[in-house]
Amino acid sequence: MLRRLARSPSAIIGLLIVLFWSFMAIFWPWAAAYDPFSAHALNVGPSRTYLLGTDQFGRDVLSRVLAGSREVLTTAPLATLLGLAGGLVLGLVSGFYGGWIDEILSRLMDAILAFPVVVLALVTLAVLGSSKLNVILVIGITYMPLIGRVVRAAVLGVRDLDYVAAARLRGDSAPLIMLREILPNASGPIIIEVTVRVAYAIFTVASLGFLGLGIPPPSPDWGVQVNDAQNYLSIYPWIVLSPIAAIASLVIAINLLADGLRRAIGP
Amino acid sequence: MTVPTIRPDAPIVPFQDGALLAVRDLTVTYGGERGPQAALESVSFAIRPGQSYGLVGESGCGKSTVALAVMRYLPRNGRIAGGQVLLEGQDLAALSGERLRGIRGNRLAMVYQDPGSSLNPAMRIGEQLAEVYRNHGRLARPAALDASRQMLDTVQMRDPGSVMTRYPHQLSGGMQQRVVIAMALAANPALLILDEPTTGLDATVEAAVLDLVGDLRRELGTATLFISHNLAVVARLCERIGVLYAGRLVEEGPTRDVFYAPRHPYTLGLLGCVPRFGVRKGSTRLLPIPGQMPRPGARGPGCRFMARCAYARDRCREEPPLLEPASGRGTRCWFWDELPATAAAYIDALAGGEEAGHAAGAAQQLRRPAPGVRDLLTVAPTQGMSADPTRTGDATAADSGRSVPVLALDHLGKTFPGQGGPTVRAVEDVSLQVGRGRTFGLVGESGSGKSTLARVVAGLLPASSGQVSLDGSNVTVVAQRRSRQTLQRLQMVFQSPEATLNPSERIGTTLARSVRALGGLRGEALRQRVLALAASVNIDAALLQSFPRQLSGGQRQRVAIARAFAGDPELVLCDEPASALDVSVQAAILNLLVEIQERQGASYIFISHDLTVVRYLADDIGVMYLGRLVEVGPAERVFAPPFHPYTEMLFAAIPTLDFDRPPDSQGSELAPVGEVQRMPQQAADGPQPVEGETLAPGGCPFRLRCPRLLGPQCAEEPPWRETAEGHRFLCWIPAETLAADQRALGTRP
Repeated sequence: MLRRLARSPSAIIGLLIVLFWSFMAIFWPWAAAYDPFSAHALNVGPSRTYLLGTDQFGRDVLSRVLAGSREVLTTAPLATLLGLAGGLVLGLVSGFYGGWIDEILSRLMDAILAFPVVVLALVTLAVLGSSKLNVILVIGITYMPLIGRVVRAAVLGVRDLDYVAAARLRGDSAPLIMLREILPNASGPIIIEVTVRVAYAIFTVASLGFLGLGIPPPSPDWGVQVNDAQNYLSIYPWIVLSPIAAIASLVIAINLLADGLRRAIGP
Repeated sequence: MTVPTIRPDAPIVPFQDGALLAVRDLTVTYGGERGPQAALESVSFAIRPGQSYGLVGESGCGKSTVALAVMRYLPRNGRIAGGQVLLEGQDLAALSGERLRGIRGNRLAMVYQDPGSSLNPAMRIGEQLAEVYRNHGRLARPAALDASRQMLDTVQMRDPGSVMTRYPHQLSGGMQQRVVIAMALAANPALLILDEPTTGLDATVEAAVLDLVGDLRRELGTATLFISHNLAVVARLCERIGVLYAGRLVEEGPTRDVFYAPRHPYTLGLLGCVPRFGVRKGSTRLLPIPGQMPRPGARGPGCRFMARCAYARDRCREEPPLLEPASGRGTRCWFWDELPATAAAYIDALAGGEEAGHAAGAAQQLRRPAPGVRDLLTVAPTQGMSADPTRTGDATAADSGRSVPVLALDHLGKTFPGQGGPTVRAVEDVSLQVGRGRTFGLVGESGSGKSTLARVVAGLLPASSGQVSLDGSNVTVVAQRRSRQTLQRLQMVFQSPEATLNPSERIGTTLARSVRALGGLRGEALRQRVLALAASVNIDAALLQSFPRQLSGGQRQRVAIARAFAGDPELVLCDEPASALDVSVQAAILNLLVEIQERQGASYIFISHDLTVVRYLADDIGVMYLGRLVEVGPAERVFAPPFHPYTEMLFAAIPTLDFDRPPDSQGSELAPVGEVQRMPQQAADGPQPVEGETLAPGGCPFRLRCPRLLGPQCAEEPPWRETAEGHRFLCWIPAETLAADQRALGTRP
């Protein structure tokens, strides 16, 4: 599968960009030229000293964008992981057992899906208060039914195959069958879905940040940066455009990767 | 191989001895990861006008590529790298798209394997058929519809008028294939190519479609190129055949001559793999061809068949040309004159020696259990002499089988809730018994409920009514509720080699998990047992580290058999375990099942649509139709009149491969090998009752297709007619009347 992935140039580019941002998320304290939280010079345009200029508080934009990758790349993947955990349980149980269990779980998932993710998050965060943990929880929970439905469909494709029947005939328990016979062979679509979901989660984190409900300032979170500087768009565009470009590059890269995975895993 | 694919203008080559189609030195390559690989190499043959030519070979030999190359329908990575395809003297390989389109349909037409995907699901049959006349015949709509109706009549469709107003999904598979054939014939082509046209169809429908193709050829004088993996089907229909192996035509000639006295070891091998009708497992073993066909890219120089050939010698490293053992015949074997004189002689010579040697070797393999292994590995010291007196391995224990059946089904029924319609009775009121150490063959067309029955018995589906008893104790519950002991005693082997093993698990792990669950072994004992199991199904211990995708279909199926035998079961349900495999592999699987049975005395329920195989394996036979058991009894009784009218129809549909008789000295090319016994028209529509005639519950399930229908009384529940020794069938016609009629008709067998 990895060899097939490596043959797609767009997937390679996507992977490189994702690796770049992941590297920055870990090593930005060494990579960034300035402290992203302290002031240097106000509203300087891109120059040799400040490659992407400075913002309205005098902070170096490049350093803040690099530092922001850590916020994004912890929040979004953790939220997706939480969604995956819940989605696996929901999808496996409802797909494997079928019948009335499936009926109840499916309707429950539909009910959550009826609300737009951002609206649900806005309401919840308004009530609970905004913090990094709450952002992760809200996105994770709203992703559970989304991923759950994909898992359920993948399980249905495998559930009635002969090797699952063979496992039942040797008396394997239901959890064992789900984990050893079904899940490993249904993982393709789930991996693709999770990859795409990470990209969406980045969007959601940024949107919440932009709406002022995400991670509170002075966090270098990209959405927060865009929100902070939105009034300066016409005068000092680099302050706004830099984090936007960062979001776009990461989201597009993840989608390229997901496309590559889909081709590599798919039939 | 440097001939350019398409030359700007094709030279007009004169007819080859009046051939309609002459394929000369055709080489086709497919582009792949490792560069182009040759799928066909220097294939040459010719078809005269009106002649029927058969191409046979196992999957991967390139037979479909021949059809696609002739039609110029090769996939995008395929390319004619050399040779010519001359249709009426014109080289199709060198034609432009525009001129090809004129030839396709008008002079050349093709029928594919799956009729369902050849028809546009959103278009009524009449419109689809009329389209051909409007495009090729340039007829106006009313005339085209008229012509379509006539063509449906020609392909022996019942009630063409109503069929024309239906959509493809409203027709059965056999009817769909008739429509596809009608479309292919609509433009009156000179050559009709049929690529496995009956492979997905039931035996009775297949026979009816083959009858039709034969009739049409005689009536319309259309030449046919018939491609099939089934030797008997080709024998029934074709005057000449070519045998393809690994991209080369290895033998060619008049069908009767080739089957009576093959001049290539591969042809001999193929004939040794199919059970001859009437031959039983007790007397003859099948002769599988060892090894596998080399894939494109793995085909070295020299004779392609060398690695699997019993006659191979040093000279075989050199590629043999097409030699001519007799006028009008060809073979690619250096030693054709040293082969046994006839196919029958080859089989008789090999069968005797092979059997003794093989069985001894296999027994040897199983007889070295590790110290500490419990008596799970109790293996009969010699055939038929079992250590455990209750487990008599041989079929001689006919009466003991009746006294303590391993499995008894008592009025078993399984219904499914119908989707918006009435409840579907998939299995209804089935009572039967499986004797200890015996093989119960369950036959019937698709939709007869035989697989559902097996799944209910195995506990994969809950029963709706009735009772399943194993060794006298009631086990009518799903697998999850069954005790370890019950699970261990009743196992199953599935049909599809693709789905039978967990793709993400090494096969050694799969076997170990079954041995742990069913045999209760741990540690070193477990390891030894896995090795012994693998050896008993001829799986090399080194392969245990492989994933299923690294194994061939036959190997996977052997692992699946080993898994079923992990806990030394008493009854194994075999649901078409070999039908998805090539004949040479199928023979090895059937032999293996027989060997294990002789060794361990297990009983089988063997489900198959292939009566030749069932006759070879089964001691008792049950015939199912639309969920009902209509006939049951010892094999020899079921295969002799009287039989149920449905059984009679199934027997008539078996394409026989009779290579014992020498070809007639005169006109041998015109008479097909297969015995021609026409299918009754009722057979043609398949097991589903015709639309508009719904089968009311109760009464004889077969009454809508029965050629011996008595009248209104058949709507009443028919009585069981008992003949002898546990043989009974469900019919209103008294056994004596039926027996007299069927004997007079001379219904085989």
